[in-house]
Amino acid sequence: MTLPLTRREQLDAVTHRSAQPDWLLITGFVAVAAVYVRALAFTPPEATQGAAQRILYVHAPSAFVALYVAFALMAVSSLLYLGLKDEKLDRLAESSAEVGLAFTTVVLTTGPLWGKPIWGTWWTWDARLTATLFLWFIILGYLVLRDAIEERGMRARYSAVLALLAALLIPFIHLSVYLFRTMHPMPIVAKPSAPSMPPNMLITFIAAFCAFVLLYAGLVRARYRYATLRDLVADEEAR
Amino acid sequence: MLRASWLVARKDLAIEFRTRTAYFSALIFALLGLTIFYFAWDATAVAAIDLAPGVLWVIFTFSGLLGLQRSFGVEQADRAMDALLSAPVDREAIYLGKALANLLFVIGVQAITLPALVLFYNLPIADVILPLSAIALLAAIGLVAVGTLFSSMAVNTRMAELLLPMLSLPFFVPIVMAAAGSTAKLLAGRPVAEAWPWLRILVAFDIVFIVACTLAFPFTLEE
Amino acid sequence: MDRRSDQSVRAVTDGPFLVEAVGLSRTFGGRRAVDDVSFSLRHGECLALFGPNGAGKTTLLRLLAGLLRPSSGTCRVGGASLRDGPMVRAQVGLISHSSMLYTALSARENVEFTARMYGLADAAGAARAALATMRVLDRAESPVRSLSRGLQQRVSIARAIVHAPRLILCDEPYTGLDEAGSVALTAALAERRASGAALMLVTHNLGEGLALATHAAIMQRGRFVRHEARADVDMGSYASEYRELVTLDA
Repeated sequence: MTLPLTRREQLDAVTHRSAQPDWLLITGFVAVAAVYVRALAFTPPEATQGAAQRILYVHAPSAFVALYVAFALMAVSSLLYLGLKDEKLDRLAESSAEVGLAFTTVVLTTGPLWGKPIWGTWWTWDARLTATLFLWFIILGYLVLRDAIEERGMRARYSAVLALLAALLIPFIHLSVYLFRTMHPMPIVAKPSAPSMPPNMLITFIAAFCAFVLLYAGLVRARYRYATLRDLVADEEAR
Repeated sequence: MLRASWLVARKDLAIEFRTRTAYFSALIFALLGLTIFYFAWDATAVAAIDLAPGVLWVIFTFSGLLGLQRSFGVEQADRAMDALLSAPVDREAIYLGKALANLLFVIGVQAITLPALVLFYNLPIADVILPLSAIALLAAIGLVAVGTLFSSMAVNTRMAELLLPMLSLPFFVPIVMAAAGSTAKLLAGRPVAEAWPWLRILVAFDIVFIVACTLAFPFTLEE
Repeated sequence: MDRRSDQSVRAVTDGPFLVEAVGLSRTFGGRRAVDDVSFSLRHGECLALFGPNGAGKTTLLRLLAGLLRPSSGTCRVGGASLRDGPMVRAQVGLISHSSMLYTALSARENVEFTARMYGLADAAGAARAALATMRVLDRAESPVRSLSRGLQQRVSIARAIVHAPRLILCDEPYTGLDEAGSVALTAALAERRASGAALMLVTHNLGEGLALATHAAIMQRGRFVRHEARADVDMGSYASEYRELVTLDA
């Protein structure tokens, strides 16, 4: 009769943990808030672009986190899941996908907000924005797929396969968009180049990256715990 | 394994030939699409020849989806898939067989849609029939490789008709871009060398995804 | 692939057992559908498997057919493990209450397709023979869609035995069959058993099950709660004991 005990113990542990404040998540939010304060109050606006350039402190880190952290984690967990069949990896992929979708949405909304004053248009098919748009569609498809499957094993396997194929697709998207743009010359847009930033702005920039990664970690962990709890409860009910 | 794949493909084609509904639906959809697109643009403002590549490959994608929808439906009906899975054949052979049947289906639709396009849009294809057919074949292979896998997954979910397009279309974008890009170059009379970068992407896509989807297929089966 | 005629199914490499299951288990999520099942079958033996709905009988059959992988335990058919490769599945035939047929194709086409998938040299001949055994040869060219449920079941059984399997797994095979169909099925299964094949028969009908069986087992919540030779079964008490077990579980 060891199995029910272990599950009961797990439930108790998770419930106990949820009662305490989530320090990682709180720190993440505080860090992001601190970066905002620094960006708005203490960092001077950029010479040519004015105040709107400050959106970069939100836009760029979100984009970085969305693709290189969230999606990468999703793909790696999926690959490991297919090999090891450990449910924890599936929950991790699921959590990373949801949080990744949020970050991707931030990129897609801040892009136009930044683009309108700077470029004069709401949307432009530049490589970064286009790839992010595709990422948004892919993660959305991933979540809709998960929603459409009741059985946990099938859901995990199917989403893992989708995540891995999507990881293979991303380079093709980049290649195709790049080739498209070289064949169809588009207005060159000026972007603030990170390396030649004055130290003041660079510090804010880097701080923003760190803060967003922290926030991402906090959100994923919270979401992961929710998923664990949900699955434990479902197991209990099924017995 | 190839023998088993061919048997599965032949069986699928026999079923399709018996009912023919999917083929004709896809074909009529494609032809109607060509027509609608022609009238949706002002022919004096945009030359038909500039419109044609984009129209062709968009239509081709959506009519391909119609064909892919039914690919695994036949296996689900009376749990025929169980019989396939308990047969002494590799799982990969089942995927390849279905993909082959889908490929022949799509080529069958293309075989009528392409001439129709040439006719409706007055395209000068005399010199480029061969490269154009090659592009069509490469694009069809990519479409079918990804679409067959997603079809096998979608059929087991609640929202099969919505999920198949939703999952597949992001994957079809590089195919459409490469196919349309190279077709445009060829129709404009440019040398084939200029279309080569696009063709390279298409070939790479096909190779990568045939291998990836063949390897991934067994993971989509309940075991 | 080298195919013999279906006269003798004994192979030199076989041990005494055609089927050996040891500690077979299968979990779905948190639920154990098959829980530590062990049994063995010799050539010519038939295990009748009874049990309430949800007991795990279908899951056990699917494990033996190679449709599912066990969470733990081993299962050997003809001396080889089902995990060793697809060819081990060539010895197994599966009859289920779903017909597993393609409704757009004819009965003959369905059975011939299966025969070819199992690598039979004369697929057309084998298909004809199987359809004749199930007394449905006269409707061979009709699309399956146009056949009655009972006739479809007969075609499905023909499909399952066309390759002369050494192990026939039957999941409620009598469902939908009329008198003539049931007689044909029992005769076909008995004939296969006589030539050395082993059978596993899942059914709710105690009489039908025990008629063919050399062994009987009752499954409940994934486990074998009773497993004995047919000879040791007292028909009178077995039925009432079974009913008790089933109602207890409900």
